[in-house]
Amino acid sequence: MSVEVKKIDAIEHYTLSAEKVIANNKNKFISQLQSESKSKLSSVKFPTLKTEEWKYTNLKSLLGSEFIHSAELEEFKITSEDVEKVKSINFENYLLVFVNGVLKKELSDFQELQNKILISTIPESIANNKTIVEKHLSKIAVNKTAFDYLNLSNFVDGLFIQIPDNVVLEKPIQILNITGSMGKPTFVPTRNLFVVGKNSEATIVQKYVGKGEKYFNNISSEVFIDTNGTLNIYKIELENENSYHVDKTDVLQSRDSNFNHFNFSFGGKLVRNDINTELADENIECTLNGLYIANGKQHIDNSTFINHAKPHCTSNELYKGILDDKSRGVFSGKILVERDAQLTNAYQNNNTILLSDDATVDTKPQLEIYADDVKCTHGATVGQLDESAMFYILSRGIPRDKARAMLITAFAESVVTGVKIEALRNELNSLINENLNRD
Amino acid sequence: MIEIKNLKAKIDGKEILQGINLQVNAGEVHAIMGPNGSGKSTLANVIAGHEKYEATSGTVTFNEKDLLSMATEDRAREGLFLGFQYPVEIPGVSNAIFLQTAINEIRKYNNLPELTPKDFLDKMKEKAKIVGMDSSLISRSVNTGFSGGEKKKNEIFQLLMLEPKLAILDETDSGLDIDALRVVSNGVNEFKNKNNAVILVTHYQRLLDYIVPDFIHVLYNGKIIKSGGKELALELEEKGYDWITKGEA
Ligand SMILES: Nc1ncnc2c1ncn2[C@@H]1O[C@H](COP(=O)(O)OP(=O)(O)OP(=O)(O)O)[C@@H](O)[C@H]1O
Ligand SMILES: [Mg+2]
Repeated sequence: MSVEVKKIDAIEHYTLSAEKVIANNKNKFISQLQSESKSKLSSVKFPTLKTEEWKYTNLKSLLGSEFIHSAELEEFKITSEDVEKVKSINFENYLLVFVNGVLKKELSDFQELQNKILISTIPESIANNKTIVEKHLSKIAVNKTAFDYLNLSNFVDGLFIQIPDNVVLEKPIQILNITGSMGKPTFVPTRNLFVVGKNSEATIVQKYVGKGEKYFNNISSEVFIDTNGTLNIYKIELENENSYHVDKTDVLQSRDSNFNHFNFSFGGKLVRNDINTELADENIECTLNGLYIANGKQHIDNSTFINHAKPHCTSNELYKGILDDKSRGVFSGKILVERDAQLTNAYQNNNTILLSDDATVDTKPQLEIYADDVKCTHGATVGQLDESAMFYILSRGIPRDKARAMLITAFAESVVTGVKIEALRNELNSLINENLNRD
Repeated sequence: MIEIKNLKAKIDGKEILQGINLQVNAGEVHAIMGPNGSGKSTLANVIAGHEKYEATSGTVTFNEKDLLSMATEDRAREGLFLGFQYPVEIPGVSNAIFLQTAINEIRKYNNLPELTPKDFLDKMKEKAKIVGMDSSLISRSVNTGFSGGEKKKNEIFQLLMLEPKLAILDETDSGLDIDALRVVSNGVNEFKNKNNAVILVTHYQRLLDYIVPDFIHVLYNGKIIKSGGKELALELEEKGYDWITKGEA
């Protein structure tokens, strides 16, 4: 008996699914954009190991699987009890629940927010805020690859948030993205556009939770922060163990603005997070921090690019990884300091703890500096748990597994501590422990 | 309490302890002195069970049990405590949680019920007062950002909380100003009773003005080359080590 292996051409496959999405789309502006994106998609190729930015991340198993667009599948049912179980709790927040990329208003709780800011799906936003959406949608993204075209041509609902000028949101917005698949491998394109007005401030908790079987979660987020605005994003990724998570976040920052992004990766079979930030004016601050915990055969790739285009800006990056079993971590951090960007401060650090002999990490710092008066540092360490600290804890009668958990908490602390919501810090510390002791 | 017989130990293939003999009984205070690099911390670490050190021969018997075959955490649970020369920082883990975990693990091993949170808090308040640890220091992460003196006080605070049978204090007095030295010594004297024992590792006679030892031993090149009463410390303070190390390899 011969086994028939159906070879799929990913570009062709996703171009076809885009066609169906576009056919069902009643919004002219968006279907126009999606059609253009679809033809771009059909003319490019997905990255391979030969693509410099992707040389440590093999996409063969992702691109070789036949994921069906969630819009073509039966709706994945999520109840409010399911939401209760997975949402972040113990702090006041507005809640938006997306299931397979589609906003579920009946599971969400953000009425109060609608008096303060603009918040809707992307198609809805066209009706009321066409100019601002037109100005930014798909315009912020840089270094586009097939994934950008894939997402734009295939997304269905998406999320648009605009914080008007001079609005400080006291409560964070929790965006719970539940991805579910039953029976068939599911493709879920998720898209976000966040616009923060002048002198405004907001905090977003983005939580990705996986349910059911194998799926491919593809996310594109575009962020624009106007003069003197501040945006904090805490992203917590808890995909299930058979799944793929490919996220690209592009950020454009204006003068005196502040962007803080924290990326916590726990789940997923293959995870790739790209963050590109453009510091397009003076006196900007940008912090990109991350923590990833992997075991089994998980592969977690974080790729950052910070473009210092103007003087007097500061960027901070701290990515920490804890890798067990045969897992693999990748960190690549590119910093470009343009000729004009005098008095730039750019700090980058990547620290990894390997808990097993078979775990590996690849770190690729990349500094391109064309200005002469700058302060740029980068460092990378790879090591095991500190022996003398282990001895200290054991010598107090504490058993090895608890000692290990304490040391890992200690290692993760410098990332976790930057999260300004105490309840979320506590949740993160428990997630760290749970994910370390997972088999 | 503890009996060390002909103990030899090495680290990274290098023999440091060359045959140590020492017996400490309940109710006694012993001081171990000796020049830098003579092996004092090595001895303390081997007894406490640091895995980098390998005991190559000899025996250590602790309350009738073979110590060297015991896991590090079990030695603590049997009643051994090491005050570290260089206490380690553990960011993100509060002193309170750390101590509560330690106490309850030790109690569990000894078939005692866990301390209730209230009993634990009461005990913490009582012991903190003795060493002048204020509550803000206790709620902070273990040793994180502590000054040198605060770290040493925290070691004594842990000693008072854990109430071991034998405390080995490795240079707990080094780097302390006179007020801190008084506080630390007072803590040790509070701890000490006729059922437990203390081994002080120190370079300074001044500590021994506050904690009076029954015996003093001089460690040199991994061996105890002289033992005596408390007057030996004065002699060492005056004359240095040369007069006894002369003729030793
Ligand atoms: N990893 C190692 N490899 C080789 N030799 C080592 C190692 N660690 C320590 N030593 C040596 O062991 C010897 C004893 O060191 P130890 O720390 O026990 O001395 P000490 O008496 O406590 O000194 P001090 O008074 O300075 O604290 C020293 O010569 C030291 O250099
Ligand atoms: Mg020493």
